[in-house]
Amino acid sequence: MKKINICQVVGNDAKKSKGRLGANKYLILRRLSQLGILFLFLLGPWFDVWIVKGNLTSSLTLDTLPLSDPFVLLQSFFAGHSLATDALIGALIVLIFYLIVGGRVFCSWVCPMNIVTDAANYFRCKLGIKATSGGVSNKTRYWILAVSMLGAWLTGSIAWELVNPVSILHRGIIFGMSFGWGLIVLIFLFDLFVVKNGWCSRLCPMGAFYSLLGRVSLLKVNAKERDKCTDCLECYAVCPESQVINPALKGNNSSVIFDKNCTNCGRCVDICEPKVFSYSSRFKKN
Amino acid sequence: MAISRREFFINSAKLATTSALIATGIVSYSKYAYSIPASAIRPPGALAEKDFISACIRCGLCVNDCPFPTLSLATEKDRVAIGTPFFTARTAGCEMCDDIPCVKACPTGALDKSLTDINKAKMGLARIVDTKGCIAYQGLRCEVCFNICPLQGKAITVEMRHNDRSGKHALFVPVVHYDHCTGCGKCEEACIMEEAVIKVLPMQLAMGKRQDHYKLGWEEKQKAGRSLVSPDIEHKYNLPEGKQYDLQGKGLTDIKVESSLDNALDSLNSFNPLFDIKRK
Repeated sequence: MKKINICQVVGNDAKKSKGRLGANKYLILRRLSQLGILFLFLLGPWFDVWIVKGNLTSSLTLDTLPLSDPFVLLQSFFAGHSLATDALIGALIVLIFYLIVGGRVFCSWVCPMNIVTDAANYFRCKLGIKATSGGVSNKTRYWILAVSMLGAWLTGSIAWELVNPVSILHRGIIFGMSFGWGLIVLIFLFDLFVVKNGWCSRLCPMGAFYSLLGRVSLLKVNAKERDKCTDCLECYAVCPESQVINPALKGNNSSVIFDKNCTNCGRCVDICEPKVFSYSSRFKKN
Repeated sequence: MAISRREFFINSAKLATTSALIATGIVSYSKYAYSIPASAIRPPGALAEKDFISACIRCGLCVNDCPFPTLSLATEKDRVAIGTPFFTARTAGCEMCDDIPCVKACPTGALDKSLTDINKAKMGLARIVDTKGCIAYQGLRCEVCFNICPLQGKAITVEMRHNDRSGKHALFVPVVHYDHCTGCGKCEEACIMEEAVIKVLPMQLAMGKRQDHYKLGWEEKQKAGRSLVSPDIEHKYNLPEGKQYDLQGKGLTDIKVESSLDNALDSLNSFNPLFDIKRK
């Protein structure tokens, strides 16, 4: 009997019942969100239409709405810079936004690196490369988060931003980059050949930072209809943080996925044929 | 899935070691990454380099609001801290906009908002780094840097000097003045030599620093309103009897004894042109 990789059959059942579009609804919406945001930033430099200026670390929309990345500002703070009000207001708006929609919504709906690592995952599945953790714990990111702050403090500069592929990629696309591409390709290859979800789910301190907001954020994925679960395991296969599902799906307590590392990507909602998962507030009973 | 205490410590040690390695890497890399070449000039109002790299979050809002193709964000090949804004004077100097849009755009204060008058900016300091290469110093007429200077006549003046080579011509040499030069770099951009002989240097490179113990007596005196060392004594020249000397006035004269003879001598002397020069 030919051994098949579960990732290659994921969503087949859902496609039959929900249709091709229905079984990829949130995936398509996420790509539209990621590319749309990037496109908004590119309208200025490409077409001279300045709806959004700047990049993800700090931007100004329609000359009124300031947005700043609290992760970078925190580094700036540790580097010894007293933060200016403009940036603080921007960071506050961002914080409030992610406290509502979910901390790591940044990762799955905004971050441009997600497209790169998702692509790595896609090819990993196509090529039938076995998923391994490579011995890299998914707690490593919290150490790197600590390191990025320590680095800022030790060097008196925003040191992590020298190597942060998220800002290098996003800034690079908008403002130009040279061999920064190398780093992005390296992470793609790392995710493809070495460790499954190696960057986003194990190493990235930005994801670690936003996951801290996820501890209290409002919008969550809910395994509401968990009684209908057919144990097909497809959700575990598609989830970039598969450890988050079990307590909600198989536990006896709340069916809400409370784990701070759930990115609210909605891939489980998409591919589940019996429609076990849906979005709900964290306060939803059952 | 319970893990033993032993495993827990080993795992923690592994992670801590990895983190320490990464931290060491970042810290040493940042040392290299933050050495900025002299040709890279920060936008107006930029904090001192040390503070700038902690304050600038590399968002590029200053670049977006710069109406000229002057500012850009450093990429990996620029040898400037990646993502930070800079310009190269030789390529395009700062046009010194009156409303300073780049400073207004900065959300973090890396470009100091207290700079409201662009003429007070200190992006760097123009220096004539090669007087041998500068054709004005060789006696040719040029003055391009003087003519392009946005603070013409203040930041750059043209001074007339004697041409020692020919012995009979004048040199019209450009001179940069510390107090007014903003470091915009238009002079370096415009310099007609193959390699600019006038260059804008970052402040930390262009400026020397005197130790604090060097006090300039005349400045201290002005600050204090009186001499700080010893009371001022009127200076006395050691002159032959009957003579007096007035430095800024008449020069060496006889102590006046009012007489018609002296007046007559005075009027006689006034015909002597050398005497006249001495008096002025």
